[in-house]
Amino acid sequence: MPKSLFDKIWERHQVAPGLIYIDLHLVHEVTSPQAFDALRMNGRKVRRPDRTLATADHNVPTDGTPVAARIKDELSRVQVQTLERNAAEFGIPIYSLGSEHQGIVHVIGPELGVTQPGMTIVCGDSHTATHGAFGSLAFGIGTSEVEHVLATQCLTQSKPKSMLIRYEGELGYGVSAKDLILYTIGQMGVEGATGYVVEYSGPAIERLSMEGRMTVCNMTIEGGGRAGMIAPDETTFQYVIGRPASPATVPDEWRELYTEQGAHFDKEIVIDATKISPMVTWGTNPAMVVGVGDSVPVPQSDQDERALDYMGLDGGTPVEQIKLDRVFIGSCTNSRIGDLRAAAEVIGGRRVADHVYAMVVPGSVQVKEQAEQEGLDEIFRAAGFDWRAAGCSMCLGMNPDIAAPQERVASTSNRNFEGRQGRGARTHLVSPQMAAAAAIEGHFVDIREWSALAAQSAEVR
Amino acid sequence: MRAIETITGRVSVLNRDDVDTDQIIPKQFLKRVERTGFGEFLFYDWAKEPGWELPKNPILVAGRNFGCGSSREHAPWALEDYGFQAVIAPSFADIFKSNCTKIGLLAIAVSQEACAAIAQSGTAQVDLAGQEVRWDGGSEHFDIDPEIKHRLLNGLDDIALTLAQDDAISAFEASHERPGPVTTAL
Repeated sequence: MPKSLFDKIWERHQVAPGLIYIDLHLVHEVTSPQAFDALRMNGRKVRRPDRTLATADHNVPTDGTPVAARIKDELSRVQVQTLERNAAEFGIPIYSLGSEHQGIVHVIGPELGVTQPGMTIVCGDSHTATHGAFGSLAFGIGTSEVEHVLATQCLTQSKPKSMLIRYEGELGYGVSAKDLILYTIGQMGVEGATGYVVEYSGPAIERLSMEGRMTVCNMTIEGGGRAGMIAPDETTFQYVIGRPASPATVPDEWRELYTEQGAHFDKEIVIDATKISPMVTWGTNPAMVVGVGDSVPVPQSDQDERALDYMGLDGGTPVEQIKLDRVFIGSCTNSRIGDLRAAAEVIGGRRVADHVYAMVVPGSVQVKEQAEQEGLDEIFRAAGFDWRAAGCSMCLGMNPDIAAPQERVASTSNRNFEGRQGRGARTHLVSPQMAAAAAIEGHFVDIREWSALAAQSAEVR
Repeated sequence: MRAIETITGRVSVLNRDDVDTDQIIPKQFLKRVERTGFGEFLFYDWAKEPGWELPKNPILVAGRNFGCGSSREHAPWALEDYGFQAVIAPSFADIFKSNCTKIGLLAIAVSQEACAAIAQSGTAQVDLAGQEVRWDGGSEHFDIDPEIKHRLLNGLDDIALTLAQDDAISAFEASHERPGPVTTAL
C-alpha cells in the first residue's frame, strides 16, 4: 500500500504498539519546571540528555538583559533560573540568556540544525508544529508528557488521523506564507484539522522558502491540527546541510521522505492559491480573517458579536480604515531572517507613523546578529522601529512587552485571542510585509498596491 | 493518579465555543513553577465580567472546541484545582484533551443536544467504565481510547508503565536510532 510521509515517519518510530520514540525534545522555562520536580520526586533520570535541548524564550525581556539574574520581574527570573538549574542538574544542554544561541525554541532548533527531516520532535509548546516544515513529525505536548519524554524518550500515542491540504496554482505578487495559512484557517475554521496530522503540498508550498514553510506549519495548531508537515526537497536540504548539528551531506534516508502516489488520507482539501490575498484577522481567533481589500464582516453569531465588541470594531468597516497604535514584528511565526528582510524591504526610506509604536524582535541571537550584519537594524531604526533583543516578546505577554488595554496591534504572531497580548489588547494578525507597511501608514494597506506606489514615488524622487 | 469510576453531581455551564487556554488560565499565571494553586485564577479576566457565574461543581458543560490554543497543562490544572472532575463538551482541542487524561480530569465529548440537555438538567453522572453520560431524562454513549480508559479506571502512572518497557526502548535505540543530532556535542 502506498505510504504518506506521515505513515513513514510514524512506522519508523514505533517502539511498541502505542509507544513512539522521540528523536528530539525541546524544552523551555514555562512548561518544564513541574516536570523536573516530578522527576526528582520519583527519583527518575533524564534518559537522553543528548537528545534534549533547552532555551529560555517566553519570559525573557527583550531589552538586552544579559543574564537571568538581572531579569527584573521576580517570577520570570525564578522561572528562567529554575530552568538553568534543572538543565545543569539533569545534564541537558541549555542556551539561556547571554548565550549566543539563545532564542525562541522554534527558531533555534532549525537554526542549529538539530531539526532534521524524518525526525519525531516534541516540545511543551503548541507551536512545535513549526519543525514539520522540514518533513519531520513535530507536535506540542503538555507538562506531564514533557516529564514522560524526559524520563523515557518515548510518548504513548495512538496514531492520529491524516489530512492533506493541497494548494492549486501559485501565490500572487505580495502574498506570503502567512497569508496562505491565515486564508487556510479561515476556510477550514479553528477546529477544521482537530485530530489530524496535516501535510501541505502543491506548487505554492514547493516555492516557499524554509522560513515560509515554517510559518505555514507553525500555525497548523490554529486550525486545530496538532502537527503540520511538508515533504523535504532540495530547498530543505540546502537549508539544513552545513549547520552545527547537521550531517555534511544529505543522508539517503531523507530522500525517501515523501508521500507516495495514491497514499491514503482520512481527509483531503484543495485550496486555490491564486485566490489568496494579503490577509488581516478582525476577531478573536485566527479563523476570523478577511482579505485586506474586504470589510470587517457583519456579525453572524453571538461569538462574532462578542469578538467585534472586544475588538472595538463595527461590521462593515473597510479593513484599510482600521487605525493602529502598535506594530509587532516577531514571534515563532515570523521572526526569522527572511521575515525581517521582507519587512525591511517594504520600508523604502519611509518612517513609522507618529501615533504608532513599532517594534522588531528577532527570533534568536543568531537572527539578530545576521540582521545586523546585513544592516537591517539600521533600516528599521532609521524608520523609527524599536530594534529589540531575541525572545517571544509581545506574542504572549509573559514578559514586559505587552500592549495596553484597547490598544490596537498589527502583529506577525499567531494568536489574536482575547488578552493574549495584554488585557484588553486588540490583535490583528498579518504578515511581516503587511505589518511594516501598516506601521508606516498608521492603518492597514494592501501591500500589493502600496509597494508599487512606494516604488513609483521613489522613481520620481 | 487516583482511580476514576463515576463522577456524579451538579453541573456548571459555560456556553461559549472555541474557549482557548489563554482564557482558561491567562499567561501571567504561567510564571509559577508549582503545579497547584491555579484554581483561583481560572477564567481570570472573564470572571470580572458582570453576570459571570461559575459555581464550583464536579462537572463543567462547555461549548465546541473547548481548550484550543496553547498546550499549557496549567489549563486542566486550574479546572481541576477549582473543583471540576469532568468537562463535557461537543468537542475538545487535541492537546487539551490529552493533557486532561494525564491528570485524571475527564474530557468527555457528547453531542450538542446532549450538552444542552445536561446543562438544562443541572446534574449529571459520567460513568467511565460504562462509557455513558446520564442525566435526568436521558443518556448518551461516549468514545474513549481503550488504553486511556484502562489507565484512568486503574489510576495508573503512565511513566511507570513506559519505564516497564525499558527493554523494548533499549532495543529500539540499538536497532533504529537515527544518527545525530547529539545536542550535548554542540
